Amino acid sequence: MSDLNAGDAVPELRETPDKYLPHRYAGASGDFNPIHIDDEFAKAVGLPRNILHGLYSMGLVARANTALAGGDPRALKRLSVQFRGMGMPEQEIVVTGTVSSADGNRVTIATEATQGDNKIIKNAEAEIEL
Amino acid sequence: MTLNTAAVGKEWPGVTYQVGREKVKEYATVLGLDNPVHFDLTAARDAGFRDVVAPPMFAVVYCGPALGPALFDPEVEMNFAAMVHGSQEFVWGEPACSGDEITTTARCVSIEEKGGMGFYVFETVSTNQDGAEVVRGTWTNIVRGV
Repeated sequence: MSDLNAGDAVPELRETPDKYLPHRYAGASGDFNPIHIDDEFAKAVGLPRNILHGLYSMGLVARANTALAGGDPRALKRLSVQFRGMGMPEQEIVVTGTVSSADGNRVTIATEATQGDNKIIKNAEAEIEL
Repeated sequence: MTLNTAAVGKEWPGVTYQVGREKVKEYATVLGLDNPVHFDLTAARDAGFRDVVAPPMFAVVYCGPALGPALFDPEVEMNFAAMVHGSQEFVWGEPACSGDEITTTARCVSIEEKGGMGFYVFETVSTNQDGAEVVRGTWTNIVRGV
């Protein structure tokens, strides 16, 4: 049995991706879409600037929820997210979560990621096995 | 406009990706992970893994080469200029460790119009060299103004 109960908060994760994070994420992931790494290209297609990869932000949500199991990569069984507002480099990302159900060792968490008032990941759900 | 749904049900050939220690380290570093099981062979083996283990979201790395040809297939007719990644789900099974050979197959699950937007849903299934399922991904791309 886990010690977690419905309504418990997941420890908050705060991370500020630096200016070149999207370039490093592009190299690590293989996604070189220019909207993430070329500020001029991003502006030319109507974006405010080059934007974060949604899957990077999802990675932070995975990290925040896996931390409940001490960062054990086996613990995360499922993660579903909706990408909404665009994520920006050089702005703090805050990942929060609340346990929605705990069944034996299996814990389901409602989680999201925000930058200020902008929800960059919403309606996300993580399942962790502790 | 009616969306062309001819590609629904189409499956693309599997693509095999070999997981490597340095690539796992690179990906774990960019996400700010610090569990030594992603960086150090001894720590990984002590924790019960065959080799340095990939973080769960490393799935995007080994699924990418299989998903790309599906997204860019002319038969899918997806307008990239107006496309955003709408939602994503991963369901994980066996962990992915360095040295694993993971084969991913992509399939087009549905193409639907809702409220003037096109929803293109793809599923990827990734299995390792032992035939064990490593991850199942559902990738939803949204195209505005269809």
